[in-house]
Amino acid sequence: MMPNMEQQKVQSLDKLEQSLLNDFQQGFPLSPTPFAEMAEQLGVSEEQVISKLEKLQSHGAVSRVGPVFRPHAVGASTLAAMSVPESRLEEVAEQVNSFDAVNHNYEREHKLNLWFVATAANEEKLQQVLQEIEATTGIEVIALPMLEDYHIDLGFDLQWT
Amino acid sequence: MDMRTRQGSNTEHPIIELCDADQPLIAAIQRGLPLTSRPYNTIAEQIGWSEEAVIQRIEALQQGGIIKRLGVIVRHRELGYRANAMVVWDVPDNEVAELGRCLSGFEFVTLCYRRPRHLPQWSYNLFCMIHGRDREAVMDKFNLMIESCGLEDIPKAVLFSRRRFKQRGALYRPSPTTQTGESSR
Repeated sequence: MMPNMEQQKVQSLDKLEQSLLNDFQQGFPLSPTPFAEMAEQLGVSEEQVISKLEKLQSHGAVSRVGPVFRPHAVGASTLAAMSVPESRLEEVAEQVNSFDAVNHNYEREHKLNLWFVATAANEEKLQQVLQEIEATTGIEVIALPMLEDYHIDLGFDLQWT
Repeated sequence: MDMRTRQGSNTEHPIIELCDADQPLIAAIQRGLPLTSRPYNTIAEQIGWSEEAVIQRIEALQQGGIIKRLGVIVRHRELGYRANAMVVWDVPDNEVAELGRCLSGFEFVTLCYRRPRHLPQWSYNLFCMIHGRDREAVMDKFNLMIESCGLEDIPKAVLFSRRRFKQRGALYRPSPTTQTGESSR
């Protein structure tokens, strides 16, 4: 665990960047010129807001400025887990990643050690993807679809310390 | 501590449903809004709608609960939140909703779902995601959850992430601006 580089990156964020990251995770303006509206609130220019967001996006701190859809409102998705022999983990992770339907893929500390999220236009296509992943990797895919969502998404309160 | 009060329930039925006419809009915004002075107009030109129609439909999708939020989506790891854990609980089926609401009340919980068990490999039915600067911070939060929601006797596990092999927004529809590799996050 070497947090130094990350910490440095975080500490080098200026006030405007911190505010863009923390204060606009929800309630993005629905006016024709939303970035100008944000700029006015922040006391900077529209160009500054847009160029800062471009920079944060290119550095990876911002994934995107856009919508978070309620699970299952659009298309079908599921969390899925696999138990992959350590020696094959990188190879299998790459095989799983190669599917466009896979948007998240993590190694986790458990016997089920590879966890990914797959999303498709509908349930049938989703099942097809999971079957293809099983066929490609030769490893059982355990699908654990969301049954109920208890979380109100207000974004995430970043703490700058 | 950093416990934020949340109200309401996220499991209410939406007021509106998506229709076929929404598909081009979903495809155009799923990867994020363009960083242009008039992003809704940029989208409108791509899909042949008016700017006003784009704004009104996004607003309706938000009010109808199809869009949970619209804004800056951050990537925790890049912001110094090095540790992320999937915290899972094996809760009696008749208590899962109540405990789910209790656990989702914490500001640091970014997802809280009921999912099926898959025996014998997997016995947990309630899942939360939590993020912290390091493992210790995540474990502090985990212990706070146990204490606050009375989960001492519930079977549980913390699955820290080791490597991240992929993280980007979901693609619900074939995207007109499909990108590949690193730029697709």
